[in-house]
Amino acid sequence: MLIRPKEGILDPQGKAVERALPALGFDGVSHVRIGRLVELEADSSDDLRGMCEKLLANPLIEDYEIEEIEEGGDPGSRSGGDGGQ
Amino acid sequence: MTSFAVIQFPGSCDDRDAVAGSGRVGDARLLWHEDTDLSGIDAVIVPGGFSYGDYLRAGAIARFSPLMGAVAEFAATGGPVLGICNGFQVLCEAGLLPGALLPNAGLRFVCRQVEVAVESTETPFTQACEPNQRLSVPVKHTTGRYFAPDRDLDRLEGAGQVVFRYADGHNPNGSVRDIAGVCNQRRNVVGLMPHPEHAVDRLTGSVDGLQLFASVA
Repeated sequence: MLIRPKEGILDPQGKAVERALPALGFDGVSHVRIGRLVELEADSSDDLRGMCEKLLANPLIEDYEIEEIEEGGDPGSRSGGDGGQ
Repeated sequence: MTSFAVIQFPGSCDDRDAVAGSGRVGDARLLWHEDTDLSGIDAVIVPGGFSYGDYLRAGAIARFSPLMGAVAEFAATGGPVLGICNGFQVLCEAGLLPGALLPNAGLRFVCRQVEVAVESTETPFTQACEPNQRLSVPVKHTTGRYFAPDRDLDRLEGAGQVVFRYADGHNPNGSVRDIAGVCNQRRNVVGLMPHPEHAVDRLTGSVDGLQLFASVA
């Protein structure tokens, strides 16, 4: 699960990084958002969205995306979530 | 005499000050988060600290404590509940209060005395205050930036659910509309980031916080 601050909500961490990158010569970067990645192994993917809604993300302030990776396989289906808004 | 229960989570650190503060106007005791019995309790305080290490998001794990189920029932019957700092975060995460607390705009831990205005005296914890009265109380937090979507804020303002607002120039964290504390629709659940329990003795500079406990006593 990829969780990040909703668009429009001030992300001071992102802002700090956005200011730091040009100082290192990395120009042309904008809209830096810093979130978190939750990796887990699950027997079924049925409850992943519920996990995000109820615990892993706070839908009021965060968006989430779910990426399913089959065992031993490449990244599979990507089901988007917008935090239920 | 009013019986206060102060919840103790793993990682709470202001629980004893909350007992000492509310104990000045009533009978106060600690309740471990695995308890589920609130019988005989007149008011519940969810104290400050770092419950569960603030893992995932501040307050996100604590809301699943067994005692929080009892607190939700207590609130549903109109029982007064006060969330302070981390307690405010827990009550927001539990859906007992509207909105959320985000990392401070300045990304730094802030620890300072601030002035807040009492915007509503129509709650169990502010009924002894004067309307628009200024209280001098400390804040100390990293995750205190109050946020709710604009449409929700308009509704909260319209319903008088903004209970505390930082005075001009005193907003320490970038909270939207200078909001320091809110209540639920029923007005019996109140949460705020400043610490009234640290402002109950002249020795530490202010006794203004005492009014919140005296209001419900």
